[in-house]
Amino acid sequence: MIRVENISLSLGGREVLKDVSAVFDPGKTNLIIGKSGSGKTVFLKCIVGLFEIDSGAIWYGDVLFNELDFRARKEIRKEMGMLFQGSALFDSMTVEENVRFPLDMFTTMSYGEKLERVNFCLERVNITDSNSLLPSELSGGMKKRVAIARAIALKPRYLFCDEPNSGLDPKTSIVIDELIREITVELNMTTIVNTHDMNSVMENGEKIIFIEEGEKCWEGNKSQILQSDCKLLNEFVFANALAKQLKESAR
Amino acid sequence: MTFRFLSGFGAYWMLLGKVFSRPEKPVIYYRQTMKELVSLGLRSIGIVIIISFFMGAVITLQTAYNTENPIYPTYLIGLGARDSIILEFSSTIVALILAGKVGSNIASEIGTMRVTEQIDALELMGVNSASYIILPKVVATLIFNPFLTLISIITGIVGGWIVGTTAGVITSSDYIYGIQYAFIPYYITYALIKTLFFAFIITTVSSYQGYIVEGGSLEVGRASTKAVVYSSVFILLVNVILTQLLLS
Repeated sequence: MIRVENISLSLGGREVLKDVSAVFDPGKTNLIIGKSGSGKTVFLKCIVGLFEIDSGAIWYGDVLFNELDFRARKEIRKEMGMLFQGSALFDSMTVEENVRFPLDMFTTMSYGEKLERVNFCLERVNITDSNSLLPSELSGGMKKRVAIARAIALKPRYLFCDEPNSGLDPKTSIVIDELIREITVELNMTTIVNTHDMNSVMENGEKIIFIEEGEKCWEGNKSQILQSDCKLLNEFVFANALAKQLKESAR
Repeated sequence: MTFRFLSGFGAYWMLLGKVFSRPEKPVIYYRQTMKELVSLGLRSIGIVIIISFFMGAVITLQTAYNTENPIYPTYLIGLGARDSIILEFSSTIVALILAGKVGSNIASEIGTMRVTEQIDALELMGVNSASYIILPKVVATLIFNPFLTLISIITGIVGGWIVGTTAGVITSSDYIYGIQYAFIPYYITYALIKTLFFAFIITTVSSYQGYIVEGGSLEVGRASTKAVVYSSVFILLVNVILTQLLLS
């Protein structure tokens, strides 16, 4: 479980996160939603420690993460996997080397064992016979899947996904969403997904946090979102005519 | 302006502190260093040979045309070319050329890694990104650049000999006598010491410029330019200091 308590952060004199608190449960796909520039990515990067918060607390289980030094954080980071918005695969490495990288860095496994784990992870994300390809030779959807394979290589307890559907067509987006949901349950991970894709929200939203201008405005799940009276949330979620109709029919 | 310079200078030294911390897994760093030896060292041999050959040729011709006097023995052309090449051109000028080639390469590579979140990915995994990316480059250039300097010295002297004798400004025997006359081996040591300092400047300054990039491809381009300019300025500055310290 990850618990965030009253975190605030200012960047360049602008307050980008204001007193945000949340609890993210294991075995669930937790979503952070909000429009572009609302502070979702900053929030996620604060949780994983890529941004240092000004105040508040971030707990991983019983460990106060934001108070740890680099070495102590390293132990928790070995239990984290992250899917970045642009996949962040290492350009100079092949698919196999990318997925093997965390194993090379943090395990004493033999080459054969590592290769077996790499192939298992790649098969799990439905990528086969692509071990020797470079990231530049992959499509957007394949890059995301390889990034997921790399993220789960060390069997993490925590999975973070920053806009996993950005730049993907609707069908591939659904495939990625399903994959994240399945892996979360399989590995009993605490998964946090940043998104503004409404299909993801309606499919994966076991717990949803809505952020607007760096503040948490609403918290609930995909069923509750249809009934919500939060004006800002409704403006965001039901921005188009089809979504408005859906809300009306739900009422 | 002064504040920006000082804070940048401080950040540079703090980054070096991270770079020279204990590697997570030495075998991975060793492999990376081997890759960098090829990428930053072996792939620079071509340009160093071309530049040094013509540099040696021009130095020989200019020395010949500027010492056209019956009082001066012609072997002094060889001697002048040799000392110019060893003392200044093969270490400093080649370093400036490498600042352009290797420096911009390093800054754009690391800058791209920064803007495409590859550095964030390393940090998130618990890898010391500064050390993992920069240390192998520093080690590779410190190992290989002295060889580049030696290659440059040899190629420059050979270039001067071929062009000098072909143009008829000096005979082969005079040139060979000149390059052996009053040779001071310490000059080679001096050139190699300078090379080590310059290699360190090129890799660390360029890496720093790439590492701190924020934004997109435009900023990566700017970082690449800054890497070349700052590396060159620091090379020239350190060159003055080292010359005074090592030759006085």
